[in-house]
Amino acid sequence: MRVLIRGAGVAGLTVAHELAANGIEVTVAEIAARPGGGASWFAGGMLAPWCERESAPETVVTLGCRAADWWDDALPGHVVRNGTLVVAPPRDAAELTRFAARTSIFDWLDSEEVGVLEPALMGRFRKALFFRKEAHLDPRRAIAGLFDKLAAMGVRFHFNAAPDFSGAGFDHIVDCTGAHCIGQTAELRGVRGEMLLLETPDVTLSRPVRLLHPRIPLYIVPRGNGVFMVGATMIESEDRGPVSARSLMELLNAAYALHPAFGEARVTETGAGVRPAFPDNLPRLESNGETIRVNGFYRHGFLLAPSIAMEVAAHITASRNSKSQQRAHRSSQGTPLANPPHINPLQIGAGR
Amino acid sequence: MLTLYGTSVSSRLLLGTARYPSPAILADAVRASKTGIVTVSLRRETAGSRTGGAFFELIRTLGVRVLPNTAGCHTVSEAVLTAKMAREVFATDWIKLEVIGNHDTLQPDVFALVEAARILSDEGFKVFPYTTDDLVVAERLLEAGCQVLMPWCAPIGSAMGPVNLRALSSMRASFPDVPLIVDAGIGRPSHAATVMELGFDAVLLNTAVAGAGDPAAMAAAFAGAIEAGRTAFHAGMLEPRDMAVPSTPVIGKAVFS
Repeated sequence: MRVLIRGAGVAGLTVAHELAANGIEVTVAEIAARPGGGASWFAGGMLAPWCERESAPETVVTLGCRAADWWDDALPGHVVRNGTLVVAPPRDAAELTRFAARTSIFDWLDSEEVGVLEPALMGRFRKALFFRKEAHLDPRRAIAGLFDKLAAMGVRFHFNAAPDFSGAGFDHIVDCTGAHCIGQTAELRGVRGEMLLLETPDVTLSRPVRLLHPRIPLYIVPRGNGVFMVGATMIESEDRGPVSARSLMELLNAAYALHPAFGEARVTETGAGVRPAFPDNLPRLESNGETIRVNGFYRHGFLLAPSIAMEVAAHITASRNSKSQQRAHRSSQGTPLANPPHINPLQIGAGR
Repeated sequence: MLTLYGTSVSSRLLLGTARYPSPAILADAVRASKTGIVTVSLRRETAGSRTGGAFFELIRTLGVRVLPNTAGCHTVSEAVLTAKMAREVFATDWIKLEVIGNHDTLQPDVFALVEAARILSDEGFKVFPYTTDDLVVAERLLEAGCQVLMPWCAPIGSAMGPVNLRALSSMRASFPDVPLIVDAGIGRPSHAATVMELGFDAVLLNTAVAGAGDPAAMAAAFAGAIEAGRTAFHAGMLEPRDMAVPSTPVIGKAVFS
C-alpha cells in the first residue's frame, strides 16, 4: 500500500511516522524547501493539555494527555517532563484563581515552593500553580529529528513540490497542508500568532512558565543554552506579515515582568505564523474516499497531532486489511536535511 | 422598544465579540443572549485585503447587526481613521467611539472623545460614545451630534459592577430622552439588573460573558437579568424604609387569648 502525504509540518510528519511504523510505503510532498515550514516552525512545543483546558474543551485533554508519551517513544530524549508553572503578577492574583477554577491536576505553590522549582523566580511570586504532569519539547529539533528518523525508515520526501503534486498511483492521499487550505476548506480560518526568541545567560528556567495577565496572557519556554521562546499572540487574522510593534512590546513586557534580567536579553528572532483553525478550535479528520484531510490544529499542533495521526493510521490500515494485504516496499531514498533550516535574524518577512 | 438612531432594537443587551474560547462558543453565546447587536473591534491586521475574513464571515452568519468599535485608540486621529476603515470593512455608519486616555484604567479621554465625536458626526457617522458618567461631558457629546450615550459603570473588564449609582441615577434624570447604554464594568447579571432598574436603556458587555466558565449559559443569564431589570423599572419598585412592615395585615386579625 502506498500513501501520499501532502505537507511536512507536524501534522504530516506525525501521520508519516504512524503509517511508516505500520509498514506502509509513505511519500511526503512539501511545497516548501524544508520540513516544518508552516505554523509548526513558530510553535511553543508545550505538551500542556491541562493548562490548555482553561480555554479549550475537554477533548483537548482527552486527545492530548498522551502526547508526551508519543513524542518520547518516537523521539527518545526530546521530551522534558518538568511540568508547567503558572504565575501572575501580585495585582492580577485573581487571574490565578480563575485559571485554577477552569483546570485540574495541579498544585498550589507558595513563594518558597516556586523558588525551589525555579530558583530564578525566588521571591518574585507569592502564589503559583504547578501542573506536574505536563511536558515540553523543542518543536524545531523535534521536526528535524522526526524528519531524520522518517528518512531512515524509508519515507520519501519531495521538497519544493508543486501544489498539484500528482497523487496518481497512491492508494490514499492525506492532506496535511494546514493554513494553505484556508479559503478552500469550509469554515477553516487563520489565527495569527507572533513569537520571539530571547537569549540571555542570566536567567535559567527548567520548564515553561505561563504569565497570566487579564489583557495579555503569555508563556516563556526554555529552549536550553540560554534561549527562551516567548509567545504567543492570538489574533483573528490570516496576515503573515512581520510581528507588529505592539505585539513585540507586549511579548517583551511579559518577559520583563517575569524576570527583569530579560531586559538585557538579546532578541535573536521574531516570527509570525498563521494557525489553521475551525470554529470550535478543534482539529478535524475528514475522509472522502481515498483522500483524508487533517486540519485545524489551532494552537495545539504538537499536542494533538499524535492522537490524530494514530486515528489516520487506524483508518488506513483498516482499509488495507479489508483489501488484499500488500507488503509495503521500503525505500531508502530520503532527502537528508543538508543544513539546519534558515533563520532570519530579527526577521524581515516573518521567516516564511 | 428601544430606538437607536432611528433603528428599533429588540434586545437591550449588546454583546462584545472578543476573547471567547472559540468562534463556535461566541456564536452559541450570541444566540443564547438573543442580542441584536454585537460589537467588533477593528485591528490593523484585520483591515487588510483578505485578512480576518473568516472571522468576520462567521460574525455575518450570526444575523445580528455589527457595531464596529475603535477599541484601543488613544488619539483623535487614530479613532477617526479607525472609524473610517470600519465603515469600509463593515459597510455601516454606526461606530462605537472609544478614545482611551489612561492605559491602566482604560478611562476615556473625554476631551479627545468629544472632538472625535464632532468630526465623525459631521461626516455622517452615527456615533455611540464610550464615556464616563460626567454630565458636562455628556452634554458636550450631545452637542457634538451624538444621539446615544454609553457611560461606563466601572473600568472595562474590571467586573466591579456599578461603582457610583448616584452618578448613574443623576445621568438618567438629566437626560430622560437620550438612549443611555451602560458600557463597561459589568461583572455579573445582578449588576446589569441594577442599572436597568435605574432606567438605563441597555447594557453592553463582553468580558463578563466571554470569560465565564460557560459563556452561552452566562449570556442567557444576562439576557434574563436585563429583561427583569427593565420590567421592574416599569413596574414601579418600592422605596426602601428603615421600619419593618408585615406583609400580612394585622388589623382585623382574630385575637385568640
